[in-house]
Amino acid sequence: MDEYLILMRLDLITKDAQPSPEQMQVYMKMYQDWVGGIAAQNKFVGGTGLSTEGKVIKSGQIITDGPFAETKESIAGFITIRAKNFEEATNIAKECPILNGPGNSVEVRKIAGVDNTR
Amino acid sequence: MQSPEILPHLFRNEYTKIVSVLCKHLGFERIEIAEEIASETFLTATEAWGIKGNPENPTAWLYAVAKNKAKNYLQRNSIFQNKILPELTKSQPELSESEIDLSPENIYDSQLGMMFTVCHPSISPEAQVGLSLRILCGFGIEEIADAFLTNKETINKRLFRAKEKLREEKILIQLPKPEEIEDRLDTVLATIYLLFNEGYHSISQNKTLRKDLCLEAIRLCSMLVENQITSKPQVYALLSLMCFHTSRFEARQDENGDQILYQDQNTNLWNYELIKKGEIFLNKAASGTKLTTYHLEAGIAYWHTQKEDTKEKWENILQLYNRLLQLQYSPIAALNRTYALSKANGKEEAIIEAEKLELKENHFYFALLGELYLDINTIKSEENFRKALSLAKTSQAKISIQKKIDQFSK
Repeated sequence: MDEYLILMRLDLITKDAQPSPEQMQVYMKMYQDWVGGIAAQNKFVGGTGLSTEGKVIKSGQIITDGPFAETKESIAGFITIRAKNFEEATNIAKECPILNGPGNSVEVRKIAGVDNTR
Repeated sequence: MQSPEILPHLFRNEYTKIVSVLCKHLGFERIEIAEEIASETFLTATEAWGIKGNPENPTAWLYAVAKNKAKNYLQRNSIFQNKILPELTKSQPELSESEIDLSPENIYDSQLGMMFTVCHPSISPEAQVGLSLRILCGFGIEEIADAFLTNKETINKRLFRAKEKLREEKILIQLPKPEEIEDRLDTVLATIYLLFNEGYHSISQNKTLRKDLCLEAIRLCSMLVENQITSKPQVYALLSLMCFHTSRFEARQDENGDQILYQDQNTNLWNYELIKKGEIFLNKAASGTKLTTYHLEAGIAYWHTQKEDTKEKWENILQLYNRLLQLQYSPIAALNRTYALSKANGKEEAIIEAEKLELKENHFYFALLGELYLDINTIKSEENFRKALSLAKTSQAKISIQKKIDQFSK
């Protein structure tokens, strides 16, 4: 088993993309059901959602509010999972509920340097 | 009350108090002597009360005899007098002067300290539970052997080795330092929960003993919430969880000792007083920011005390299992989560999720699939129940699965 990072990117720039509290609750349930399903297969390693505010520090110690000032997509959360190979990791990531929203994306990366003898 | 009835009851309550106090007084290295003095006290009581009848205040009588026996021991023990006592006087000056203190406060402090001593991480979880049962709950070696489904000899050896280890480590009978509490508390809570599960899930047929184990676990946990230093949210959560589980104890078994499934239980047999207590403790557990598995399990157990089969109930149970599995995976939690998913989101979705679990050695896994396919695909349902039957290990499990299969031929 290898470990993979699933990065969830959300379009948070456009005003109408901001969910209402009720919608947020529905999204959270979908998200929790998805992560719970991964954990039920004993493939959940760690990870969490992220709040929308953030700071970006650039070369030269320039600090800005962000990351949404520069890019349309911001990282909404990440989880790490255990999977046999890229294909399995991708299949799990494909079911991520944030993909229901247009403009959103999910990125799968293999975690390098993890001891995969376990 | 005549002595035959009063003594076993007193034994369970007072033996552990006397041992804890004496042990705190003499030091853990002399735990066998503390146990011997406590045992002798009860032997003396049996003889004396058998002839003269029960004293007016049996507990005070026991304490007085125990004190005398301890005093005699200290006096005739010249090594203690000449070698150990001067040492003790150096490090703990109040000890040499002090009387053996059997006041309620000192009994409480001694038992609480003892709890942290016997749950010391240097000994195995099995030994921790064994010592807790012996020293804190006053169970006989035979009863402990019964609870672990093993023999007296094994238990004696296990307890002996554990005591040796604690002696080597020179563990003091006291609460750990505040900065150590959180870590050590984890072990104590794990031990209490193991003790509880020994009673709740053990396949031993001795029903009285099993319930006693659960109640003792609740008593020990209650002692922790009574102390300001140890009354942390996770302690309330565990206590709440155990109250909710114990509330259904009488409803879980029929006269033959067969287990009754949750949906078939007679809810009139539930103990509503314990459910109420569980709710109060669960509220107290809600302070702080640390979310433990005890919190989540208590939440799940709470929703199981709600009789009505509502969508809200199963939605809440599902979300709690989602989080529980992220904290700590277990096959049983994974299966229960899938069952909750079928109740909250529908069977079709649950089947897809269930197929992913791949717990192919587990008869519960196939029984769950059989249950999910029941109204959707009868052939697949029966297939899965048959697989479950071939994997089931206990006769109890086989009988209940066979009942399901029999329904297909009707």
